[in-house]
Amino acid sequence: MEIVLSAAIGTLAASGIWLLLRPRTFQVIVGLCLLSYAVNLFIFVMGRITLGAPPIMPRGGFINPAAYADPLPQALVLTAIVISFATTALFLVVLIASRGLTGTDHVDGQEREP
Amino acid sequence: MTPGPEHLIIAPILIPFFAGALMLVYDERQRRAKLTISLVAVAATLLAAIELLVRSKGSALTGNNDIGFYLLGDWAAPYGIVLVADRLSAMMLVVTGLLALPALLYAAAGWHRQGQHFHSMFQFLLMGVNGAFLTGDLFNLFVFFEVLLAASYGLLLHGGGQLRVRGGLHYIAINLTGSLLFLIGVSLVYGATGTLNMAHLSNLVPVLPEAQRPLFHAGAAVMGLAFLIKAGIWPMSFWLPTAYMAGAAPVAAMFAIMTKVGVYIILRLSFLVFGAGAGASAGFGAPVVIAGGMATVAFGLLGVLASQGLGRMAAHLVLVSSGTVLAAGGFVLAGDNPQIMAAALFYLVSSTLAISALFLLIEPMSREEGGIAVLLALTADAYGLDEREEDRQPEVGLAIPGTLAVLGLSFGACVLALAGLPPLSGFIGKIGILQGLLAEGAATSALSWSFVALLILSGFATLVGLVRVGIQTFWASEGDSPRVLALEIAPVVALIGMLVILTIKADVTFGYMRDTSEAMLQPSIYAQGVLGAPRAAEGQAGQ
Repeated sequence: MEIVLSAAIGTLAASGIWLLLRPRTFQVIVGLCLLSYAVNLFIFVMGRITLGAPPIMPRGGFINPAAYADPLPQALVLTAIVISFATTALFLVVLIASRGLTGTDHVDGQEREP
Repeated sequence: MTPGPEHLIIAPILIPFFAGALMLVYDERQRRAKLTISLVAVAATLLAAIELLVRSKGSALTGNNDIGFYLLGDWAAPYGIVLVADRLSAMMLVVTGLLALPALLYAAAGWHRQGQHFHSMFQFLLMGVNGAFLTGDLFNLFVFFEVLLAASYGLLLHGGGQLRVRGGLHYIAINLTGSLLFLIGVSLVYGATGTLNMAHLSNLVPVLPEAQRPLFHAGAAVMGLAFLIKAGIWPMSFWLPTAYMAGAAPVAAMFAIMTKVGVYIILRLSFLVFGAGAGASAGFGAPVVIAGGMATVAFGLLGVLASQGLGRMAAHLVLVSSGTVLAAGGFVLAGDNPQIMAAALFYLVSSTLAISALFLLIEPMSREEGGIAVLLALTADAYGLDEREEDRQPEVGLAIPGTLAVLGLSFGACVLALAGLPPLSGFIGKIGILQGLLAEGAATSALSWSFVALLILSGFATLVGLVRVGIQTFWASEGDSPRVLALEIAPVVALIGMLVILTIKADVTFGYMRDTSEAMLQPSIYAQGVLGAPRAAEGQAGQ
């Protein structure tokens, strides 16, 4: 389980970073998306991997915390997803505006001199 | 629970939030109404910040260090989210308010007509900045950072044009990446310690199991990287000059506080978590902060000398300022003379105000050289904002007499403050840092000597660079002087007035900074205060 998750996070992050460093705006935005997936998974895993356990405790009585998943990272991931979703949408708008204004999809707004 | 004075702590977040939301309802043409709401909101926020500052001074009974707490949702401290208003955050809140008012007035002279929702975004930016200063929780800090960044993306693009969209694209990409680093750091810290509350963290770090410490250090380092990007520390600062130059004048003036948000967070967290009482983690990161800060000052001073335009020069001065404060903070963290911190805080306030004034001066100063025509041509093609052309013509306002004299004097004051020459406040801050570095000759290492040299060199470079621009603009100018509205020069004069007050009242202000730095060096007061903060509904909490 651990090895699968960490391999997935590593692959996502590596592809994301590679795309982020590419010169086309579309590649950059896809790279940012992949990176944010990797980061979201990473936050989730940092609450330790618990299988088949609910994150919310029932009311009353003594409760063994070990029998439950950590709810905090789940809440954090939710917030992080919403925020990265919104900022990616905003970045998309700027990307399209840049394409419209400069006529090229290069991140510097102009093609490199041959 | 009746609303009492304790709710004032959340006012600097709520006032801009509601004002910004309210203005979204108004039509874009009702600029006067929007401007009024915006001004009232900023003034109210500033008043709240000043009241918090007065409160944070406390009395002799509390050791001149009164920390205010606000438990959101009335959850006890390490479980819920807490807002903390201590001396440092109150000071930063006041500086933000003092910058916002002139920037807004300047925008009223024309800039707020150049795009949509300027006032709303301005308020949301204030909300994010104030929230970042007040929060006592790492994840909440992330949320406020995103609020201020989202607003800053909009403000940077305000006015449109190719230059801004290109600068904005880079700015957004680098800040999104920075936010992802922030998240990685936060989750590592949570994984290693199990808490996100800064005060709780401060208590846990000295007793952290040795197996967790490397993980915690890694998390703190990754998170620190995110803040260093925001503070514009070399080599993560190449985005900054282009972005700040591209922004509209009032926006750039407001952005002067944004690098300081990064600096503030680094100072706050370092002293809280890696202070002298942190056991094996004490002083963690100090060498990096010192080296990064000094490299930034060096990069900034070379940039100032190499810049062709005043805008790029001002942007590099932002780098010099944040680098100086960070390096000074690093020296204190590494166990150097605490007096450096007080002087660095003084320098922070003074240089932020001066840079903001300089950003506001750029446009009136370059008006006669046709600079404004270039700027307007850039703006015109975006988003079909052609109505601006008609707006620009009937600009009836009080044009000031003796334009060049007023502009020249204001510019001269900025130069003095930024280069650290007497009689203005920059001198006091800089001399304080130098004194702190050179006091106790035995402790003065090669590193502090090189910082001394860099500080003096950066002042010299600032002087050379700015005087060059000044000579070109004021002495070598020919023909008619530019037409400058009173509304454009008044904010600059106000900012310089603040510098003068800061200097004249130096005993009071510097005393405040000294007590603040002492409070920063005793993180246990902060930590215990937050964790022991009384809940409002203590009686009903038992269920």
